[in-house]
Amino acid sequence: MTTLLIRGAQLPDGTRTDLLIDGGVVAERGDGLTKLGATIVDADGLVALPGLVDLHTHLREPGFEASETVLTGTRAAAAGGFTAVHAMANTSPVQDTAGVVEQVASLGAQHGYATVRPVGAVTVGLAGERLSEIGAMARSRAAVRVFSDDGKCVADALLMRRALEYVATFDGVIAQHAQEPRLTEGAQMNEGALSSELGLAGWPAVAEEAIIARDVLLADAVGARLHICHLSTAGSVEVVRWAKARGIRVTAEVTPHHLLLTEQLVADASDPYLPRYDARFKVNPPLRRDEDVHALRAALADGTIDIVATDHAPHPVETKECAWQEASFGMVGLESALSVVQAAMVDTGLLEWSDVARVLSRVPAEIGRLEGYDAPFEPGSPAHLTLVDPAARSVFGPGSLRGKGVNSPYFGRELPGRVIATIHAGVPTVLEGVLRAEEEVSHG
Amino acid sequence: MRHLLTTETLTRADALAILDVAEDMAEVATRAVPKLPTLRGRTVANVFFEDSTRTRLSFETAAKRLSADVVTFSAKGSSVSKGESLKDTTQTLAAMGVDAMVLRHSASGAAEVLAASDWIDAAVVNAGDGTHQHPTQALLDAFTLRKSLHGDASRGRDLDGVRVTIVGDVLHSRVARSNVWLLATLGAHVHLVGPRTLLPVGVETWPVTTGTDLDEAIAARPDAVMMLRVQQERMHAAYFPHEREYSNVWGLGDDRLDRLPADTIVMHPGPMNRGLEISARAADSPRSVILDQVANGVSIRMAVLYLVLSGSDPREAAA
Repeated sequence: MTTLLIRGAQLPDGTRTDLLIDGGVVAERGDGLTKLGATIVDADGLVALPGLVDLHTHLREPGFEASETVLTGTRAAAAGGFTAVHAMANTSPVQDTAGVVEQVASLGAQHGYATVRPVGAVTVGLAGERLSEIGAMARSRAAVRVFSDDGKCVADALLMRRALEYVATFDGVIAQHAQEPRLTEGAQMNEGALSSELGLAGWPAVAEEAIIARDVLLADAVGARLHICHLSTAGSVEVVRWAKARGIRVTAEVTPHHLLLTEQLVADASDPYLPRYDARFKVNPPLRRDEDVHALRAALADGTIDIVATDHAPHPVETKECAWQEASFGMVGLESALSVVQAAMVDTGLLEWSDVARVLSRVPAEIGRLEGYDAPFEPGSPAHLTLVDPAARSVFGPGSLRGKGVNSPYFGRELPGRVIATIHAGVPTVLEGVLRAEEEVSHG
Repeated sequence: MRHLLTTETLTRADALAILDVAEDMAEVATRAVPKLPTLRGRTVANVFFEDSTRTRLSFETAAKRLSADVVTFSAKGSSVSKGESLKDTTQTLAAMGVDAMVLRHSASGAAEVLAASDWIDAAVVNAGDGTHQHPTQALLDAFTLRKSLHGDASRGRDLDGVRVTIVGDVLHSRVARSNVWLLATLGAHVHLVGPRTLLPVGVETWPVTTGTDLDEAIAARPDAVMMLRVQQERMHAAYFPHEREYSNVWGLGDDRLDRLPADTIVMHPGPMNRGLEISARAADSPRSVILDQVANGVSIRMAVLYLVLSGSDPREAAA
């Protein structure tokens, strides 16, 4: 086990301290710590965050290893400051049995870059017809607590009701991909004047809001908890705000890209010479209007939206090098998430670093029932932490990525912040800003 | 002109230049040998990922009248059905030596994606992309309008103050979109009429007026009425109850035809559903310019191919 002595880090609450990492835990915390043989990490000017936890990651293994694997996806996660990711269920075979989720979790444990928490499918094969083996997955070695058909909405109201009730048995949560399927048949981008001009089938805000409204009422009726994936509209924020005021147990996430980017990127009207229909900006749910971005930021700041989750969705190059309608939905996001949150929320004065720790670590861990994230930096706690240099600025490019996917919407954009170190269970996965080699991180 | 992709960014001067070159091209058609040597040795590829016999034949005729060689790629029975992509198909054609690609594709924006890519060097002419644009159709419509108003004195004229009513499925129509921007740029007043279900969200931001009442639109005495085709797949998708109701409310039937002012022309991009959006008598009436549109399509496509392949500024070419 590595022994690390972090000198002069600024904790999220603003205090400055040394941290001794030994035996996989925070061994000591205080000023002027020394330890013979420890690797010294000079954290002067760096902010120490608890290890980031992503509740929404697509690792693509098993089945779509051309896009990403557990290894490459967790390397991307580590590079972005994450120490735990929740791997979505739309693999092949689908993560709808104990066997598949155990395999995914064990691959993560073996590689060591991040804790991999598989998300179980709500329905068999994501087909929206029958409940999958939720109990078996919950009781498996993977101890699944988050269940989602992400990519597809659990559209059937009765099935959704039953799923909410059933997962409550295992202290689980349904993470709903809120997309009314009939209202979004063939939908390509946010519905509005721009989609109409571009001749792309519109994706109305109501298709998301109607499902959220239905599901918070269902959750209320059966007394279960509900999580809403990737909120993208101002109207969705209003529904969740109403539900929380009523005491309904709902949590909500927003992606970094919905906090920063708008539909205008599909056709930058300010620059007629910029190519339109660039499929890097094609994502589900779609990029929305400027008003939506501001509503989402405000909701994250006031707690209506609980967490930020990446929806890291790697795709092979050829699925984006084509006409918009033929392109895949999705963007990679693990490597850029923290920088985008800093740009959209911290540098704008909407969030403090202590809030970032909350929305990117403590609360996502709580929602996912992931242990070890409740008291970061306390002696005895597992050593999951991230050191970030908030003063750094760089232009994001393909070289900033560590996974297989290069479908990032941020290329060419200057972003703040840089992950200097990521420590997962006491093992540095990133040190001095460099992702460490597999053999230095692997558990076996 | 490097490519022709959309009418949205076409300036009035550029559009007029294309129309004026097309006037010259139209004269060629009246000669004993309706052919120019202009594009001899150049190759035009018709790249049709979506079927459209009429548009393909029109471009083919235009290219041949300019003495270009024409190759045709048609998705049916080709490797597209095996999943060949826009990139691979166009690169393959480019490798065979193609100077211009006339692209028809079911995906909106396909021509712009191709033109912006570094896959090929050839000029790209958009022959219809999804529900987005069909710029040569709008140009031939503008040409037809101008000709019907000004006859032989059309050169250099714009469409200032001309009132055009476009009726039907605007939501899915690339013809409507192309015309809205081009006709507005040329100074025409465009009025869109159709059921609310077939008018796009956000249409109030377009440079048009809109309405749902065709009789009201006819009473306003437009200079031209352009009827849009109702696609088969819309019939059972809850856009309207059934064909008869559509025809009764938004079709150009005999009764409405008789109420049109004497000099109002009737246009249709074809192919028509006779008896649905347009009655047989309306389609065949003296005020119908539907076949003129087809003839003018060849002149416009000759002009466009000439301009993208000669690589010159259309204003110079017209001068």
